[in-house]
Amino acid sequence: MSVVGTHGEAEIERPPTGTAAAPETPLRRLMADYFESRLATAAFVLLVTIIALALLAPLIVPQNPYNLAEVDVLDSRLPPGTKGMAGYTYWLGTDGAGRDLVSAMLYGLRISLAVGVVSCLIATVIGAAVGLIAAYVGGRTESLLMRLVDLQLSFPAILIALILIAILGKGVDKIIIALVTVQWAYYARTVRGTALAEMSKDYVEAARCLGLSHARILFRQILPNVLPPLIVVATVQAAHAIALEATLSFLGVGLPRTEPSLGLLISNGFEYMLSGKYWISFFPGVVLLATIMAINLVGDQLRDVLNPRLKR
Amino acid sequence: MTAYILRRLMQTAVLVAVMSVIVFFGIHIVGDPIWLLVNPQMDQKDIEAAVRALGLDRPIWEQYFHFVSGALRGDLGRSFIFGEPALTVILQRMPATLELAFTALVMAIAAGIPLGLYAGLKPDSWVSKTIMAGSIVGFSLPTFWVGLMLIMVFAVMLGWLPSTGRGATATYLGITSSLFTLDGLRHILLPAFNLALLKFSLVIRLTRAGAREALQQDYIKFARAKGLSPRRIVGVHLLKNILIPVATVVGLEFGNLVAFSVVTETIFAWPGMGKLLINAIQSLDRPVIVAHLIIIVLLFVLINFLVDVLYTVLDPRVRIGAKAA
Repeated sequence: MSVVGTHGEAEIERPPTGTAAAPETPLRRLMADYFESRLATAAFVLLVTIIALALLAPLIVPQNPYNLAEVDVLDSRLPPGTKGMAGYTYWLGTDGAGRDLVSAMLYGLRISLAVGVVSCLIATVIGAAVGLIAAYVGGRTESLLMRLVDLQLSFPAILIALILIAILGKGVDKIIIALVTVQWAYYARTVRGTALAEMSKDYVEAARCLGLSHARILFRQILPNVLPPLIVVATVQAAHAIALEATLSFLGVGLPRTEPSLGLLISNGFEYMLSGKYWISFFPGVVLLATIMAINLVGDQLRDVLNPRLKR
Repeated sequence: MTAYILRRLMQTAVLVAVMSVIVFFGIHIVGDPIWLLVNPQMDQKDIEAAVRALGLDRPIWEQYFHFVSGALRGDLGRSFIFGEPALTVILQRMPATLELAFTALVMAIAAGIPLGLYAGLKPDSWVSKTIMAGSIVGFSLPTFWVGLMLIMVFAVMLGWLPSTGRGATATYLGITSSLFTLDGLRHILLPAFNLALLKFSLVIRLTRAGAREALQQDYIKFARAKGLSPRRIVGVHLLKNILIPVATVVGLEFGNLVAFSVVTETIFAWPGMGKLLINAIQSLDRPVIVAHLIIIVLLFVLINFLVDVLYTVLDPRVRIGAKAA
């Protein structure tokens, strides 16, 4: 991108941009492109709302569902809209242990999002590093790493996750390890593909001629240019991670009972479903669904916006 | 071709060996299964006898060699829980899983290809837009939640279909399956639909993308110029070319369906091997876990291999030579 002068890039003269009123920065352009679609805008608003609800959960919900002093077992399995012993209304009912479902859901959302985002970030870093190194070093290292990626991607994510869980056991850290292991290969493949294309470009050649260090070329020159596809993959994978964690927790091999994510809440409600008490599973499911959908829609639009080939 | 097959077989052998080492040694790190199997009130001597009977007192590498020498003779160990050979336990449950995955795949293809074709041929109509929007929903919906909703609506609220278990089976042409009885069909409908939904959107998207791409090609323009009827162009020329990528991906997805049936089987209490794996993980039934994973790996390699061969049949441009990997 920026051609590095003999003085180093910090001293490059910026072209005069005229007034400071509305300079067309890449970010501004991206945002304008993004919010062109009403559906994508709605998805973005939904996603921000969901994240805000999760972050602010302790401030908004009527009870801390995991503080036993605040939960009354006599209130268990009340249908939505019932007034409880503690004096407030359970708008979405209560679960089998008498927890207010709204509170339990928002607390569960925090755990689901945290596990999804953390595993996604770790996987991004590992995957991007592997992909960059494979593309840059080439040769045997590259073919070995990519063989590994192909091998892993030929097995379904849930199977790999189950194997790891069988080996590692339960727990938040173990779930994160499993999710990272499942995901890193997607990033590695994407980053390597894009990085290979970038490396044949002139700016990389120019940077080499200037004698910049390998690390500098990799991280300062190539990395910024592989970011767009990386961001898209990361969004989609975050949704996958959340869904996979929920699935594992639902199957009873995911998070432990002390860290009830949305998947575990749904699983707890399963036993009451056949007797018609639908709400215990239904509402956490709706929240999970809304989260995954919002992330996917945002990712879809990002893919369109960040892909220069689709520029109108 | 022979060289290719030999090479694939060697790769498979290495893969299975590596997997068995990872899983076998990995699994021995977690927990001691003996405490799940014996009564805590049993005295020390009886517990020791049980440990010895299961071979758990020997060093792990010795256990592994014992396992490998058994595996080469087709013996993957005895299930701690069932007391039967692990292989038998799994193979007993395999037909149910394969039947479920197969039905789901057929459902996904039967519904997905026409819808995808429509969306690809008329990309601007509102029906197509609805189909595509719907397919995003299909992508996003977590399987297990959809399964719950299906049970809630069709089994609990409407009471139309049974929610759990596999129906009566019948044998036809040497294949025993629940697909041959009405009761069996009633039982398989919900779980198969649940599983099909997972691949439904994929089939739609693939078909649509294929159709849109193929429409730009010269052979379609040429067929049009020749004055062929639109039905013939779509039904013969277009569909033939779309089916290649669809067949490949769908074939690969069959393994995926088998893996994902873990979820569906748990929800619908379907007596397949997926549910067995979950139970085995929870009860630390090591022989079953290890045997299960080895069978799944073999299944996957087999599917990938069949897809490769099918590919060469469908697309004459692809020829598997001795040189190609």
